[in-house]
Amino acid sequence: MVNKKLCSPEEFEKLRKDILSKKDPNRSIVSICTMSACGQARGSLNIYQRFQEEIKHAGLEGKVEIKGTGCQGFCEREPVVIIFPEGIYYLDVSTEDVPEIVSKTLVKKEVLERLVYKDSVSGEKVAKGAEIPFYKSQSPHVFGNNKYINPRDIGDYIALGGYASLHKALFQMTPERVIEQVKKANLRGRGGGGFPTGLKWETTRNAPGTPKYVLINCDEGDPGAYMDRSLMEGNPHSVLEGFIIGAYAMGAHQGFIYIRQEYPLACENVEIALKQAEEYGFLGEDILGSGFDFKVKVHRGAGAFVSGESSALMSAVEGKVGEPRMKYTHNAVEGVMGKPSCLNNVETWANIPLIINKGANWFNSIGTERSKGTKIFSLVGKVNNTGLVEVPMGTTLRQIIYDIGGGIRGGKKFKGVQTGGPSGGILPEQYLDTPVDFDELTKLGSMMGSGGMVVMDEDTCMVDMARYFINFCCDESCGKCIPGREGLRVLREILTDICEGKGKEGDIEAIEDVAELMKDASLCAMGRTAANPALTTLRYFREEYEAHIKEKRCPAKVCKSLINYYIDPERCQACMICMRNCPVGAINGGKDLVHWIDQEKCTKCGTCFEVCPPRFSAVKKISGEPVPPPQRTKVIRKKGG
Amino acid sequence: MSHVRKAVRRAVGSYYGSKDGLIQILLDLQSELGWLSGKVLREVSRQLGVPATRVYQIATYYKAFSLHPKGKHIITVCMGTACQVRGAPTLLDRISTMLNLKPGETSRDMRFSLETVNCLGCCAMGPMVVIDGVYHSNPSISQLEEIFESVK
Amino acid sequence: MKKLVTLEIDKKQVKAKEGMTVLQAAKEAGIEIPTLCYHEELKPYGACRVCSVEVEKGGRVRIVAACGYKVEEGLVVRTRSPRVDKIRRGIVELIAPTVMANKDVTGEIKKLANEYGADIHRFESRFRATPMRCILCGICVRYCDEVVGAHAIGFVGRGIDRRVVFFPEEAKACIECRACADICPVCEIPCDTDFVVFSGFSVDDWLARKV
Repeated sequence: MVNKKLCSPEEFEKLRKDILSKKDPNRSIVSICTMSACGQARGSLNIYQRFQEEIKHAGLEGKVEIKGTGCQGFCEREPVVIIFPEGIYYLDVSTEDVPEIVSKTLVKKEVLERLVYKDSVSGEKVAKGAEIPFYKSQSPHVFGNNKYINPRDIGDYIALGGYASLHKALFQMTPERVIEQVKKANLRGRGGGGFPTGLKWETTRNAPGTPKYVLINCDEGDPGAYMDRSLMEGNPHSVLEGFIIGAYAMGAHQGFIYIRQEYPLACENVEIALKQAEEYGFLGEDILGSGFDFKVKVHRGAGAFVSGESSALMSAVEGKVGEPRMKYTHNAVEGVMGKPSCLNNVETWANIPLIINKGANWFNSIGTERSKGTKIFSLVGKVNNTGLVEVPMGTTLRQIIYDIGGGIRGGKKFKGVQTGGPSGGILPEQYLDTPVDFDELTKLGSMMGSGGMVVMDEDTCMVDMARYFINFCCDESCGKCIPGREGLRVLREILTDICEGKGKEGDIEAIEDVAELMKDASLCAMGRTAANPALTTLRYFREEYEAHIKEKRCPAKVCKSLINYYIDPERCQACMICMRNCPVGAINGGKDLVHWIDQEKCTKCGTCFEVCPPRFSAVKKISGEPVPPPQRTKVIRKKGG
Repeated sequence: MSHVRKAVRRAVGSYYGSKDGLIQILLDLQSELGWLSGKVLREVSRQLGVPATRVYQIATYYKAFSLHPKGKHIITVCMGTACQVRGAPTLLDRISTMLNLKPGETSRDMRFSLETVNCLGCCAMGPMVVIDGVYHSNPSISQLEEIFESVK
Repeated sequence: MKKLVTLEIDKKQVKAKEGMTVLQAAKEAGIEIPTLCYHEELKPYGACRVCSVEVEKGGRVRIVAACGYKVEEGLVVRTRSPRVDKIRRGIVELIAPTVMANKDVTGEIKKLANEYGADIHRFESRFRATPMRCILCGICVRYCDEVVGAHAIGFVGRGIDRRVVFFPEEAKACIECRACADICPVCEIPCDTDFVVFSGFSVDDWLARKV
């Protein structure tokens, strides 16, 4: 067993030089996102395997490196294959494409036009990743290294300059100086709270009592957000490095990584990273010969959104049930086992090495006056380009959704953008030019939150979305306090009733009253903010609520109880496709007879709507009006129909 | 019983018998045994030295734990916001109809368990369903039929 | 010797030892703040939120639970105000359906309903589960844990499925105690005369119903 432990900065320098010397900058690297649940869902492992086979066939083993990386950001177009050093991006790759990529691009250095990005309007083809509109306006300081790194090989991280900031902090800075830099940088927590990180660190350091603890919050429960997962899966060392620097600054010798069990790959990669960091002496006793000791334990969550709340998380780490505790003293003063504990989000920790390396002034040069640096967003929902994007604070919603996101998919109309998870809100079109940072969205009743950004179009019912979020919080409620538990129960019933056509006068006032009570009196922040999705949708989409309650109509035609499927007899061409696919046999008609839906039998599954050929588009959704009676007539044949 | 005792001893041992490892121990046992029976929970209480009330509180609080036996094949549909907006309810309805199971139920023949999860973190590719640990992005009806047939 | 701080509660200047809660300090000054889940022998829990009060510090007003908030020099506390009263009224209205029997509430909850003008029927139609009577204040659980040390009663489940259940094996050891039955603010802990088997409340019954 070779002892790899680095006992001094000089040994570390030597190791880095060794690693770099083995890397040929001209050697081709094929970078594929295999270290990610979603990449795998799209078949990236098969692509990886095929590359291995084809490269062997072509006799290129040793000349071409295939690298399985974490999330590269352009998730909508996965599987993505990046060819370095040219930086060529191939999108929507299938295993059948691999032989040609090998023979044309790797051997002959030719670009395969059919696989590169093509602008849907101009038709312009872009081969280089940095020039693709999705990537062009991003500032991937934190996330950008994912595509160069195999997360299971610490050597890749070191080659990119990894652990140099730790080296600098341990040997060239005092703990106080580190905190001073973090304060000066004005870094604010990336998990949603936006609390000044430097201040939290200082409070922890100065709080009386030992031992002190530091924790990484990788619970990432907000549905629609997966930034933390991608950092922990794809570049765990970047988070770890920040973590160790923070421990040094605060005088903590024990750290905990709280990671949700719904992220099994991230759990695995973190464990591997910890093992390798320890092997090399970046963790454990006498780190790099500095005399500083630091050990880390992983604690998996077990399926509870509320366990991501800081007091609940610390309770779970103590082996108790992960429900919030009544706390009026900051965790930085009294946290795990009543000792000073600093809990920060994954992305917050990942920013630390950058601040130490490039300095607080550099960090301050990015972002707005009160929100410095960049933020990673998971841009998902009804946009064309879904994925992870990193932009400077202050970038507007419009820039993110349209310039980067490519606008609304399917040519539909934008309706709203949801941020801040279950504590946030949905903002309508007139606010698209709002800069995204810690404060601007909050002024409008929403919040930036941890970075989940779900785009919704005209086919989304806002009352249904409010119901969805309240249902989520009701499901995830710990049940401890009356305002939270019973408040969510009542809100869920009211919103479900409204969506089922049973809404009545006074419902909106009841929602507002209960929301106010929850805001004032709940035990924890989740209870206090759980009603926000209902409140913001009431604020900006009130007419939808009123349509549901007064007219029993769902304007977006989503709420099952308020819609009917109807086949337009003028358009139906009697192709029988809907008849054959209806799971309950609710469609009548025949070869030349107009089809019609038996409303008594219809379960509103929407299958007929989906399968009716687009050139006929005979199936319609109607709401708030009576269904015309069926017409058993012969079909009106359309020319070319 | 001794099979349970051994499994618990292994799990407790890997956390050095430390009480704050309770949730981790239960996660390991859930993974190994497929579910946590009353016998298992009592044994954990006994070997770790924590009251049964605390073990049950934790086992019944978290979604990851099942106190009843699960089916051989576990189908989990993601109900996160992004998946919701991209048609998760329809996907769930479809699978529910195909398997004749409501979410949370296990088929009589113990072959299938249908579950939902509040977010898998694959938000860009929704709607997502995990079948026997394999992630599927927006599967078609025929793809689902193929998968269910192949494991029947 | 603990330091003394001076704070204002309902316009009254009150001196209290550092480390005391607002609830305790108010009580010593003769001001009663209502509670449901508080018990002087137990650690404050913060579940009922009935003891919510307004506190003002440096121009900033917050709502906090008096049972857990420690006194501070110069703190201004309001145990009654339109905002506080609305909170207490709302809590009673939310909890009423689950504790209602014969179309009315009793005991502590009745007192609160009268004092704060709560409409106990307001959310009746929204409560579609079986009324459990239990408000999940946790006094029985915590008393058995912290004072008696028998650990025979515990919480199971989460959210609106959260319940208090008894563990028959452990309960056998607490035959003489009965503290939980005496202490319950809603007086709903059922027990046989010989106090051995708690039917309907046993953890095994709860599990069987969950299949």
